[in-house]
Amino acid sequence: MAEALLTTSDGRPLKAALQRAQGRARRRAFWLVAPLLAFVIITFILPIAQMLHRSVYHDGLSANAPGIVAWFAANPAGTAPDEAAYAALADDFRKMQAEKTAGLAGTRVNYTLPETRSLFTKTARNAADLTPPYREAFLAADPKWADPAVWVAMRSAAQPYTNDFYLIAGDYERNAEGKVQRVPENQQIYVYLFVKTFILSAIITLTCLLMAFPVAHLLATLPSGKANLLMILVLLPFWTSLLVRTTSWIVLLQGQGVVNNGLFALGVVPDDGRLDMMYNQTGTIIVMTHILLPFMVLPLYSVMKVIPPSYARAARSLGATSWTTFRRIYLPQTLPGIGAGALLVFILAVGYYITPALVGGADGQLISNLIDFHMDKSNWSLAAALSSLLLGGVLVLYWLYDRLIGIDNLKLG
Amino acid sequence: MKRLLILSTALTGFAFAAHADITLMSWGGAYGAAQTEGHLKPYTAATGVATVMVDSDNPAQPIKAMVEANNVTIDVASVEYADAIRLCDEGLLEPINIADLPAGTDGTPATEDFLAGAVTDCGVSTDIWATVFAFDTTKFAADAPKTAADFFDLEKFPGKRGIRKGAKAVLEFALMADGVPAGEVYSVLGTPEGVERALAKLDTIKSEVVWWEAGAQPPQLLADGEVVMTTAYNGRIFNAAVGEGKPFQIVWDAQIYENEMYVIPKGAADVAGALEFIKFATSTEGLRAQAQHISYGPARKSSMKDELVFNDGKTVMAPHLPTAPENLTNALESNFEFWVDKDAELNERFNAWLASN
Repeated sequence: MAEALLTTSDGRPLKAALQRAQGRARRRAFWLVAPLLAFVIITFILPIAQMLHRSVYHDGLSANAPGIVAWFAANPAGTAPDEAAYAALADDFRKMQAEKTAGLAGTRVNYTLPETRSLFTKTARNAADLTPPYREAFLAADPKWADPAVWVAMRSAAQPYTNDFYLIAGDYERNAEGKVQRVPENQQIYVYLFVKTFILSAIITLTCLLMAFPVAHLLATLPSGKANLLMILVLLPFWTSLLVRTTSWIVLLQGQGVVNNGLFALGVVPDDGRLDMMYNQTGTIIVMTHILLPFMVLPLYSVMKVIPPSYARAARSLGATSWTTFRRIYLPQTLPGIGAGALLVFILAVGYYITPALVGGADGQLISNLIDFHMDKSNWSLAAALSSLLLGGVLVLYWLYDRLIGIDNLKLG
Repeated sequence: MKRLLILSTALTGFAFAAHADITLMSWGGAYGAAQTEGHLKPYTAATGVATVMVDSDNPAQPIKAMVEANNVTIDVASVEYADAIRLCDEGLLEPINIADLPAGTDGTPATEDFLAGAVTDCGVSTDIWATVFAFDTTKFAADAPKTAADFFDLEKFPGKRGIRKGAKAVLEFALMADGVPAGEVYSVLGTPEGVERALAKLDTIKSEVVWWEAGAQPPQLLADGEVVMTTAYNGRIFNAAVGEGKPFQIVWDAQIYENEMYVIPKGAADVAGALEFIKFATSTEGLRAQAQHISYGPARKSSMKDELVFNDGKTVMAPHLPTAPENLTNALESNFEFWVDKDAELNERFNAWLASN
């Protein structure tokens, strides 16, 4: 029996007509989300892509010294610089002096080999004296121009695409032969700070959880009048400016602050034994725990609110102790809230910058403070490389969370 | 329609007027106030051009971002000497020709009136300032600290210390406290061993240090009793001590002085206007006007001919300036070439040291 084709009233196949109608609906839906999509692409995806690009790209030398870049391209690595190389470089220096770009080129080489920046600016200032024979002219300007290490560094910097910044961000450097090696131990900083940032963030997350759990439970179980009052107490600091909260903690915790003065007046601590709670790691942990607390309380509260109290009552009536009830019945049901709160607090803490900068002193600094430092010192490529590593670290954690707990179990409110 | 036209013309007029403003970015606090009183207000009074002051912890830092983003929102910035050279080398500043600057009131041309090095390719000196250390006299009644070595002596002078968070002027200060003569500081600091020596000296007080970043912080830390002595910009301590009567005293031993420079970021909205402002502010009278509000020395010989008096009407400024002969017995002029070259490297080393325990 031949299957009769279902058609619409005007004779078109039903399947095709349906597809067209659905396609139209999909297109319409797309136009509705298009503004948001464009917004996200322009303000979020593009800047991140640009940052990733900047972390492997620096054209300080390659864009401003085309002559020597061409010479490097024509001659394999290890070629000793000949007269042609010095002549090309002299042309570049005259150009850089005219365009005031010697500092940019020197800065790029300086990232690979310290102390070359002034070599560039000094030579550029005297660019008019660079006459043939060029090699002698350069050596007269500065004997460093004969140093092979300078030429190795320039060859490396002549490539606009480079992994140099990731090397620095991992505490590695290139030696005079171009081999990758660890920097001396007393100069290693980035790996240490990354580890410290993650450990401090974990501690902050844990203290947030310990403090938020009972509060959220109270919020969820108290009669609504009292719960609302408590909720306002949780939210009030949340609505207060970050800077105000941070500086009020300074007033409270500093050496001559309210807490120390109180303890001293009560005779708990002697005058020269006041507690160090500010401008160090302790200060960073206390203040960040307070600032991030609402991000833990709110997801926990939203989950606890919908846990029926009858479950716990049922467990108790079946003979479970209160501890067993909590452990076997209540706690597992709050896991989505714990997961959401912990992830939120941890990710916020890892990237936190202003609070450690204000209260962290010397040992309470996080990796974000170093990123800020390099932004200020105009080494944006290194700042971008550090940021990319931080982003990568957070994505790995997110992936782990997804594998262990499952992102579907996340409940934010 | 006619009303609309008038309205839009008026608005355009406003827009142009807004463009004619001079925006100066400086260091805030007592120093920013001195520039407002000494330069901005007199300039507005003399020319009718509105002026705006913007504060920053270090005005040299936002300039690169502004120029690269093609959105320069300031006309003039007040930056440290080494930064004026570095930014100029990187093509981020407008060039300034010393021949364009006005002659001194006594007729000396600008090229001879300014002290050596006070005008560079892109900047003009507004004053000579110093990093010194100061202490709270109420904390050390009998035996007061007198030398840089005393700053590092926790046994004789117990208590917290304030130090600027950064390598510049801190490493030099540590070396001088360790007994390096001023003339040899930069040759010692130029070697890796010298850097380690400076950091080792800082290690001896590291546990007692409160690190500051903005120039307004040290007088505040002293006033709060958070520290008993601190490194500071000399003018900030002077203004707190003389202007506000705080019991602070400056120790001039191992002071590190340098020029502060007015510069014009490349692509500033009104380069010609900014240059006019700089000419006005760095004239003999302009430099004198600022020096009457803070104890930083003018960099023109003609500005020093007549006696400078603080704005309280009685304090003679000369003995409070970094350039006063009695303050220069053990002093170091900050070496800009050294810092232009090694700023990034030494700050990274300093940061690594700071983060390690």
